[in-house]
Amino acid sequence: MARKVVITGLGATTPIGGDVPTMWKNALKGVSGAHTLTEEWVAKYELPVHFAAHVTTPASEVLTRVEAKRLDPSSQFAVIAAREAWKDSGLEDIDNDRFAVAFATGIGGVWTLLDAWDTLREKGPRRVLPMTVPMLMPNGAAAAVSLDLGARAGAHTPVSACASGTEALHQGLELIRSGKADVVMAGGAEAAIHPLPIAAFSSMQALSRRNDDPEHASRPYDISRDGFVMGEGAGALVLEAEEHALARGARIYGELAGTSVTADAYHITAPDPEGLGATRALKAALFDARAQLEDVVHVNAHATSTPVGDRPEYTALRATFGDHVDNLAVSATKSQTGHLLGASGAVEAVMTVLAIYERQAPVTINLENQDPEIPLDVVTGKPRILPAGDIVALSNSFGFGGHNAVVVVRNH
Amino acid sequence: MASNEEILAGLAEIVNEETGLAPEAVELDKSFTDDLDIDSISMMTIVVNAEEKFGVRIPDEEVKNLKTVGDAVSFIAGAQA
Repeated sequence: MARKVVITGLGATTPIGGDVPTMWKNALKGVSGAHTLTEEWVAKYELPVHFAAHVTTPASEVLTRVEAKRLDPSSQFAVIAAREAWKDSGLEDIDNDRFAVAFATGIGGVWTLLDAWDTLREKGPRRVLPMTVPMLMPNGAAAAVSLDLGARAGAHTPVSACASGTEALHQGLELIRSGKADVVMAGGAEAAIHPLPIAAFSSMQALSRRNDDPEHASRPYDISRDGFVMGEGAGALVLEAEEHALARGARIYGELAGTSVTADAYHITAPDPEGLGATRALKAALFDARAQLEDVVHVNAHATSTPVGDRPEYTALRATFGDHVDNLAVSATKSQTGHLLGASGAVEAVMTVLAIYERQAPVTINLENQDPEIPLDVVTGKPRILPAGDIVALSNSFGFGGHNAVVVVRNH
Repeated sequence: MASNEEILAGLAEIVNEETGLAPEAVELDKSFTDDLDIDSISMMTIVVNAEEKFGVRIPDEEVKNLKTVGDAVSFIAGAQA
């Protein structure tokens, strides 16, 4: 029998709240984190997209100046979320050699890299900061969290585009099940609201261009959806071997019952229209969790609000659940937060855990005319109360490259 | 041309910016590594910021000789002369 893994701490900094209680309150209410960008570079580079979803609490309000200047913004978000999760877990003196980090990113230190390139061109190599390399490296966030909390059982960085955050939970579960760690700080961080990623995502037609109405731009499943809204932030979860958590009398939010990762091997960016890779991921994660289909009551969907992305997820859910798909309360929380890329899976896992723990599914905003080809029971208007008894929820993430990752959470 | 006192004050400002150490902790006889706990990466940032502030060049091979704050003040004063 594999070791059971439970979730004992949550942290987040997001476009709808700078900590978990604020984010969750807003997620139940239904707010938009998107806003018009006021940065001069929007006009300077004539960007086709004029809005995004920044974190509500700038990192500079949480970290000291000296802490912040040695970290890329993505690592700043990671440290903020991980500290909140750590404090929330109540963990204090632990065996640091049995404490690991699995902290993902999709893009990594893009601000640092491009700022350094500007410095090189404008001022020469002497002015390129010596901290540039540790700040731009994709493992920077995992390393910063490990250093901050003293985690010595390895600091890992799964990178699978927008599936990264969910894959970090997969890795964390494996680290504990395999006996390599007793506690894992798992999560994801992203800070890519920079003109270059905006231009790049925009040139592939992935971003919404609803420039005159940013708050309604992220509209998963709506017939008029036209792309995702760039978000930023981090989510963090303390994963703990069940016996470790029970021994210290920890508050347990739920069980991380199963995970899976698959690859489409279909196209570098387009999702497989039949959702075969996603279906395999869903089935594998449910099997991993030894979950019965009828116990699943809630799905935090990937649902980015792109015309081509939202539908195959429904196809995969239908293929996995059959008619039970109609009983699933589906939340598309990117409608509120925007798309946090490599952090999205972690933030959505935090929401999924809270949905199980508090038995309420968060709302999806901006769904006015549901795409008739996606007849899911989407939670809109007000939160959905989830049933008593044993229940299971899923969170899905899919990333460019054909990455599919699923986590399964069960009440404890 | 900055006086030694001005150079010390300027360096203290740069060290504070980089490390958060109180400017008054940056005294002439303090060792950058042993007393102020400044690592090599921070030291390079301080050197480059000092070059810009005082309009001097501090060659990389010279940096290892700047053991104390006083060494740095003397070097900068000499380079400005």
